[in-house]
Amino acid sequence: MSSRTIRRLLYTALALAFLLHNDLWLWDDARSVAGLPVGLAYHVGFCLAVALLMGLLVRFAWPKDLRSRDR
Amino acid sequence: MVLVVVLFYLGLVLTVGLLSHRLFRGTGEDYFLATRSIGSFVLLMSLFGTHMTAFSLLGASGEGYRTGIGVFALMASSSSLVVPVVFYFVGTRLWALGKRHGFITQVQYFRERWDSDGLGLVLFVVLVALVIPYLLIGVMGGGMTLNEITQGRVPEWAGSLIVCLVVLAYVTYGGLRGTAWANTFQTLVFMILGGAAFFWIVKQLGGLEAALARVADTSPELLVRGDKVRPLKLLTYMTIPLSVGMFPHIFMHWLTARRAESFKLPVAAYPLCVAVVWVPSVLLGVMGAADVPGLVGPQANGILVRLIHQHAPELLAGLLAAGVFAAIMSSLDSQTLSLGTMFTQDVVRHYGFHDRMSEREQVLVGRLFVIGILSVTYVLSLTASRSIFKLGIWSFTGFAGLFPIVLAALFWKRSTKHGVLASIASVVGLWLWFFFEAWSVPDYTLGGTGIIPAAVILVASAGTLIVVSLLTRPPGPPVLERFFPR
Repeated sequence: MSSRTIRRLLYTALALAFLLHNDLWLWDDARSVAGLPVGLAYHVGFCLAVALLMGLLVRFAWPKDLRSRDR
Repeated sequence: MVLVVVLFYLGLVLTVGLLSHRLFRGTGEDYFLATRSIGSFVLLMSLFGTHMTAFSLLGASGEGYRTGIGVFALMASSSSLVVPVVFYFVGTRLWALGKRHGFITQVQYFRERWDSDGLGLVLFVVLVALVIPYLLIGVMGGGMTLNEITQGRVPEWAGSLIVCLVVLAYVTYGGLRGTAWANTFQTLVFMILGGAAFFWIVKQLGGLEAALARVADTSPELLVRGDKVRPLKLLTYMTIPLSVGMFPHIFMHWLTARRAESFKLPVAAYPLCVAVVWVPSVLLGVMGAADVPGLVGPQANGILVRLIHQHAPELLAGLLAAGVFAAIMSSLDSQTLSLGTMFTQDVVRHYGFHDRMSEREQVLVGRLFVIGILSVTYVLSLTASRSIFKLGIWSFTGFAGLFPIVLAALFWKRSTKHGVLASIASVVGLWLWFFFEAWSVPDYTLGGTGIIPAAVILVASAGTLIVVSLLTRPPGPPVLERFFPR
């Protein structure tokens, strides 16, 4: 896969994350997951997923001009 | 005991900040930007510590008490996405421009990007006006926290004075390096102590499951979002963390990075840091609603202190006070230094010395401004009303409304100074309108829909910038070649 394709995929995932932040389907859900209310557990998981996504972004889609500046 | 722990902690912070002076090179760039030498870990800790105020400990638990778990989605997980995205797209590019052109402040960059002294001056005034309430909140919050934790034995004025003197010492002496080192130490302290307080209190409440079961019995509405958070509020609240793109103190820390690579850790680890600080704070607030019911209004912000008093030994109360002080001072120091830097570089150096000022003069003037700013803030804190705390969100709202300016500066060649000036005017006008409209209305949203003022201001500011830029003459080739080289 080319670096441009990877970059586009990761940017799409970022846009998706903005949408997934609005978890309307859990609004009034009172269940527990992993000992936490599901509405909280979802957003803790969201933070972990965003950390992973940002990790992939800096690993595979770091802007070329910044790389050359460091050199 | 509480006071002994706090004083010991303040002594440690002072030592860390003052030790940094051993690396001081005596130049303006070293005092204001640590000679752009800060590595990944210190950059992460200083950015996170600067961005998180005492609100992330006391305010978050207070909001958890009032609103329930919905506050985490609203204020924390939204930041966990938006803030690192701003670091990645905006922070890294501003760092590169700062390094290439030798910028020290935001105003220098914007002034030269649109080749306009007037624009620089207008932005200077607006940015300073938005940071001042933030400073006051920090100084007053320090005094109030020490007063509450020592159950009134230390008066508020004394607590505020202690905070100011400690920050004054290491910021004046150590400059940005001292601030970054002290911030790193303090950020680790408030992350660790917040976690320690959480585990201790939850254990005393019979464990997480039992504590949440009690909440389910007494206040089940706090375990779902229900009517307490409206869907449109959750959506539009994503605009608030955009403020990070225009904070002068965050800009200053961005410029300190040693390399572009130094941003990688802050970008990837920021969401984890948010979760580590906010999950315990929100959960303690929610559990506190079952344990200490009946707190209303601002009283709810004291829930963490009350839980500590009820369930923890005095040593832990002292440690928590140290954690709160850490959160307060790690923001206050950067805000003070950034204002001192702006006054020195954007006013005295630019207008007084026409950009010719020796290194020693820059450091001296910078130090004098830090002393002046903290002294004035302290005096104001003695007379300011407690309602100033409501200004916190308005400060964020203003900075978020200005975000299209930094985006246009970096990514839109066609943007013009008139477009930016019109955008600033729209932010100031709408900000004032919403401020007077909403000041006395708790949880104000536009027509009760859930749409927050920051979202409206942001859209209007972006629209004004685009329309007026397209109607006015674009910047000349010299400016574009300088900032958008082929």
